Amino acid sequence: MSTYLPFARTEARTNYLNADYGWKSWLFTTDHKRIALLYLFSITAFFFVGGAFAVGMRVNLLTPEGIFAHDTYNKLFTMHGIIMVFFFLVPSIPATLGNFLVPLMIGARDLAFPRINLLSWYLYMIGGAIALTAIVKGGVDTGWTFYAPFSSTYSNTHVILTAIGVFVSGFSSILTGLNFIVTIHTMRAPGMTWGRLPLFVWGHYATSLIQVLGTPVIAITLVLLGLERVLHAGIFDPAVGGDPVLFQHLFWFYSHPAVYIMILPGMAVISEIIPCFSRKALFGYTFVAISSIAIAVLGFLVWGHHLFVAGQSMYASMVFSLLSFLVAVPSAIKVFNWTATMYKGSVSYETPMLYAFGFIGLFTIGGLTGLFLATLAIDVHVTDTYFVIAHFHYIMVGGMVMAYLGGIHFWFPKISGRMYPEGWARFAALIVFVGFNLTFFPQFILGYQGMPRRYAHYPPEFQVLNVMSTAGASILAVGYLLPIIYLGWAWRKGPKAPQNPWNAKGLEWEQSPTPPPTYNFETQPVVTEPAYNYSGESEEVGIG
Amino acid sequence: MTHPVVPIKTYAAVFGALLALTITTVAVSKLELGEFNFVAAMTIAVIKGTLVVMFFMDVRRATSLTKLIVGAGLFWMAILFVFVLSDYASRGWLPGPRWF
Amino acid sequence: MGESEATLAVHEPDLKHHFDDSAQQFQSSTLGMWVFLVTELMFFGGMFGGYTVYRNMYPDAFASTSHFMNVPIGAINTGVLIFSSFTMVMAVRSAQLGQKKVLIAFLIFTLLLGCVFLTLKYVEYHEKWVDHHIPGPGFQYADTRYFHQAQILFFLYFAMTGMHAIHMIVGAGMLIVLISMAARDRFTQAWYTPVEMIGLYWHFVDIVWIFLFPLLYLIGHTK
Repeated sequence: MSTYLPFARTEARTNYLNADYGWKSWLFTTDHKRIALLYLFSITAFFFVGGAFAVGMRVNLLTPEGIFAHDTYNKLFTMHGIIMVFFFLVPSIPATLGNFLVPLMIGARDLAFPRINLLSWYLYMIGGAIALTAIVKGGVDTGWTFYAPFSSTYSNTHVILTAIGVFVSGFSSILTGLNFIVTIHTMRAPGMTWGRLPLFVWGHYATSLIQVLGTPVIAITLVLLGLERVLHAGIFDPAVGGDPVLFQHLFWFYSHPAVYIMILPGMAVISEIIPCFSRKALFGYTFVAISSIAIAVLGFLVWGHHLFVAGQSMYASMVFSLLSFLVAVPSAIKVFNWTATMYKGSVSYETPMLYAFGFIGLFTIGGLTGLFLATLAIDVHVTDTYFVIAHFHYIMVGGMVMAYLGGIHFWFPKISGRMYPEGWARFAALIVFVGFNLTFFPQFILGYQGMPRRYAHYPPEFQVLNVMSTAGASILAVGYLLPIIYLGWAWRKGPKAPQNPWNAKGLEWEQSPTPPPTYNFETQPVVTEPAYNYSGESEEVGIG
Repeated sequence: MTHPVVPIKTYAAVFGALLALTITTVAVSKLELGEFNFVAAMTIAVIKGTLVVMFFMDVRRATSLTKLIVGAGLFWMAILFVFVLSDYASRGWLPGPRWF
Repeated sequence: MGESEATLAVHEPDLKHHFDDSAQQFQSSTLGMWVFLVTELMFFGGMFGGYTVYRNMYPDAFASTSHFMNVPIGAINTGVLIFSSFTMVMAVRSAQLGQKKVLIAFLIFTLLLGCVFLTLKYVEYHEKWVDHHIPGPGFQYADTRYFHQAQILFFLYFAMTGMHAIHMIVGAGMLIVLISMAARDRFTQAWYTPVEMIGLYWHFVDIVWIFLFPLLYLIGHTK
């Protein structure tokens, strides 16, 4: 049964935002919702730092000769990658929306380990501070992939400092994943069986599995890299008996699953938005749930596709190529199910839904181009070109960042207790979509035509497409700045939100006030219906 | 915590077995057995590890979820080993791409 | 505060507010510690993987380095750690039985054995220092054919045993905390979860050593 309160009560009701005041109540909080907000602000800050490096890169690429020295350009793309991957994409949705919503969605009062949750944020901040220190001191120029022996022996930039920053923030990621896994296993409300879990929770569970299993490997890899940089024993240096491909194996064992850490939460958000704005239960719930787990598992078996031209054996490359094809299947299953959900649904076009549409289209393009890259013969031609860059930006930016924005808008009323201005939000979504495609579609062509990645200078015939890309980036930047402005405004001055402005299903909407009180629920929810019960049917006996 | 208390004898027996196996593995390492040295040493290590996991860490009486987690951890380490080593082992089995 | 009225009328001590009951809290703690141990397994696994690769690449060089490994110390240390796992599990058992003094005794015993291990490790490392077997600018190796490969092996030796030793030190620190808690009567038969959880951690560190010992000390020792 959904409860629908037409208006939130006035500030007399204590919610998590006004439960306590003062900086100590925020910096020493153990409330998962406050920690989510701490993350939200710091992650947004890092996004713009990473974006600043991108601006530098795209400005440099306006002309074939560029404006920066080669070494400086190397640092720009390295820092862009490191900040965006480790300090924005990996934590983004799990640490913000995941932290906020997972306990609410399962009917719990908090995560299993609230203090570890706070520790996660501090580790993230410490790691970020260390990385920023490295940047201020001159940065790193190895590429975010830290390939040896350049990173271990020849680069004279702040590799170790940056590696420490990434190492520390990696523990933040591990602890978040650990927290989610335990919470989802042990703290579901009565009646909240695995089969009734929102797919947002399934997606975060799968993400957490990857975080827990993969991150330790890059941690030890960075330790070995740091030690090697100091001692020069030769573990990754071929001049003294080491194997640089070993570094790549260990690095990508994490870093490939890491991209699934980045995308699974985005898919999780889409799985919530689409049923709500189609007024229809998600089609193929079980398939989508199992697909999340399948992506997490299969994602660990494909890392060799980053080593196709690195000297990996042909046999291993063929195996990894086949597995890389397989890992596309569960993602495709999700896309089909989302589409089927919309079919004969009552679709409306609020901002979250606009971002969801963008996600489906752009993620599909990005995913399909991944199949090109998984094909050995094609990869030989397009690897380390802008084709790869366009591929992963379609997924990470066209997919993940759009899902992030969609989720922020969808749950903004729940988090802040206010409504955002729908007109501005739709406009910004449109700007983002146009800007994104103008930025990155030319890069597919550039890559196919042979422009290598990580080059500060390029042949003049590539200039037109590069200028288009930079123009698109400037539009995209506007699209990202707009939400900062209007969401910031709406937080203070927006109209008060009703408890359930979207009339969405889910414990966080139906049984928790907006914004939620510190312990989330007035009384512990008891779940009696399946997820996404938009048609109001009672569950068939025997399921769930 | 709901489990009955394990008798000291059991723990002592496992302890004794672990020490005996340690002595065994050192003794076997002194023999000239070629490749079998490695196999023997690893087998004994696996047995010792299993004893610690099953008895000292009480996985023997743990929930299925705990067993699943232990299994998953070992499986994931196996993924790392098998795939990395298969790359090194299979270098040269198939010719690399040619440019002509 | 917003705490639900539907929670238990009797609020058990040591029950955190966000849990419904002690069973849920214990289940969470156990699950959390096991998931953490899996991360540790993957952490060490990366090094074991690197070790395996180089072993297979340079079997003769690696076999030659076995001569410089101090097998007696390694074997004694293995015995010491196994003994400490025994005392640790006895500590958990005595906590389960509510035997405070026995618990403290076994915890102290475990801590002492850990310190013995670390002391012997220090002796070993010192030996390596004297032999110039610490990788870096000062590295020397008798068999010049294998200079580089041996340095890689010693690098891995120090990385793996060093990381293991760090985990031992952390474990020792946790034991001190447990001893202090036990002395202050923090544990009852109803709640001794930290003892059990640290026990799991301690056994894991023991298992890592159980595999490190043959790999680093024993193999190739016949040649």
